[in-house]
Amino acid sequence: MEIPFDQLLIQTINGIVTGMILALVASGLTLIFGIMDVVNFAHGELFMLGAYVGVIIFAATGDFWIALVVATFVIGLLGAVIYLTTLRPLLGRDPLTTILATFGISLVLQNYALWQFGPVARKIQEPFSGHFALFYLDYPWYRLVIALLSAAIIGALWLFLKFGTYGIWIRATTQDRVMAQAMGIPVPWVLTIVFAIGAAMAGASGVLFGPLVGVNHAMGLDWILKAFIVVVVGGMGNLAGSIAASIFISLLEAYASLWVSPAQAIIVSFVVLILTLLFRPTGLFVPTPK
Amino acid sequence: MRKRRAIVYWTGSSIILLLLIVAPLVLPEFWRRFLTEILIWGLLAMSSDLLIGYTGMVSFGHSAFFGLGMYGAAAALVLVKPPSIWLAITCGLVAAAAVAAFVAYFSTRLRDIYFAITTLIFSQIFYVVIFTWTEVTGGEDGLTFSRPPLAIPGLFSIPFTSETLHWFVLAVVTLSYLVLRRITRSPFGMVLQSIRENEARTRAIGYSIERYKIVAVMLSGLFAGLAGVLYAVQNRFAAPDFVFFLVSGEVVIFNVIGGIGTLVGPIVGAAFFLLLREGLSRFFTEYYLIPVGLIFVAMVIFMPQGLLGFMRRWLNE
Repeated sequence: MEIPFDQLLIQTINGIVTGMILALVASGLTLIFGIMDVVNFAHGELFMLGAYVGVIIFAATGDFWIALVVATFVIGLLGAVIYLTTLRPLLGRDPLTTILATFGISLVLQNYALWQFGPVARKIQEPFSGHFALFYLDYPWYRLVIALLSAAIIGALWLFLKFGTYGIWIRATTQDRVMAQAMGIPVPWVLTIVFAIGAAMAGASGVLFGPLVGVNHAMGLDWILKAFIVVVVGGMGNLAGSIAASIFISLLEAYASLWVSPAQAIIVSFVVLILTLLFRPTGLFVPTPK
Repeated sequence: MRKRRAIVYWTGSSIILLLLIVAPLVLPEFWRRFLTEILIWGLLAMSSDLLIGYTGMVSFGHSAFFGLGMYGAAAALVLVKPPSIWLAITCGLVAAAAVAAFVAYFSTRLRDIYFAITTLIFSQIFYVVIFTWTEVTGGEDGLTFSRPPLAIPGLFSIPFTSETLHWFVLAVVTLSYLVLRRITRSPFGMVLQSIRENEARTRAIGYSIERYKIVAVMLSGLFAGLAGVLYAVQNRFAAPDFVFFLVSGEVVIFNVIGGIGTLVGPIVGAAFFLLLREGLSRFFTEYYLIPVGLIFVAMVIFMPQGLLGFMRRWLNE
């Protein structure tokens, strides 16, 4: 079957756009896992609640950017609260208990959203509705802005981790928690802040993604699954690997949806996952350990 | 001392079993059904306990085994006339075993959290396949069929009533419990428990851990498939909702609430969860998962051994 060049190009752009949002979600997940050994099952729900907070603030102020900033902070704060109340008591126990605890939290948050906001999907207005001509399509500028903004947020995170004083504290905590504590780094607070940052990133991606689809209580499920796939394919705790894997998998899914329905296109990412597990179980973008 | 404990254990189990046999004769229809359902979910949770409690691998993919057991039974009941319960069980078990072999081969390469996530994703693969393959699986609507009679060819054939169905399920669950108990106390089960305690050391002793893990996942999947068959027979339908990973999550919840590594704990956990759901949904309607989730999180933090955790050592003697 022949695929015209223009369709291929459109799918490439689509794939990169969803890939960047996925990268934003997955890098929060990876950050939390890499630094504190917590698998955050509630990450998708934080994404979903971020979108809902965005909906509320947008309805109140009418400004998308205020909604984005407020939602980011609110979800960051919620993340800190979740960490302090449920995950800190589990510190030092088997990492598996964190999956269980965050799974419980995800049930609570998801049903809370259903109860509070109802089953009908809400919509966030996109901040600008400009289009540009892409072959036969009017492609919205907003989609490209999402990709750029996601890249900017991830880039800022990377710079912060690399050069910021607190970023250096975070990396020190990752390398050796006890030693970091001995050097006077307030490790418990560093962990809280890391969880809050990861949550805030999920919240921000929720708001950014909101205008593309309806906001509903179950939207987190799809994303947490994709984020898990990405995180395993990219190598868990490996930020660059997750980003590369996000874009790789999203591109593949976008190309696959030229032939099959989007619901079936996800099977492609399952296949990638299986192949990764077979040949490089530590992650596709991780150098093979010697 | 040990002998006296064994006597207490067997008399205790017999009394509970006797109560469960008599129960459908005294309970009203709704609770009779409810009790049967608890037993089926309990069997599913018990099968997952073999992995969580005895091998130390948390599976978030049991919905796949359960669901394939269901669809396997459905295939036998829809396609073959007249429907036979034994054929349904065979087909369900074969389907579940095939899926379990597939999942086990890949997921046992990974440990701990990675194992949990991989099993979750694998169950989702089957969910997507079943959900989208409408011509064969009925897609979102699932499959409906009639309940087969309880029959032994040439001997007798009686249609299932809710009492006989309860007794049939009870017999299957009891038998499964005895088999699983035997497995966990066998040399094979001891190796699984030593993998749980210290994988590196077990490997150093010379056991081929991968093979043990694959067999453990397959056995667990087989019993989960059996639970799926029973559920299909009880409710006369198979639906993709039961393959969705939230079902696996509930199974893990049953285990943690009831107490992992006890085999009976998960059944108690399932009973506790379903009763809680029944009770709470009167006040919270469909949002019962909010209080249930909070109770679950509190139990993970404050009561990690679960309801029957204090009996764990004694139950495994």
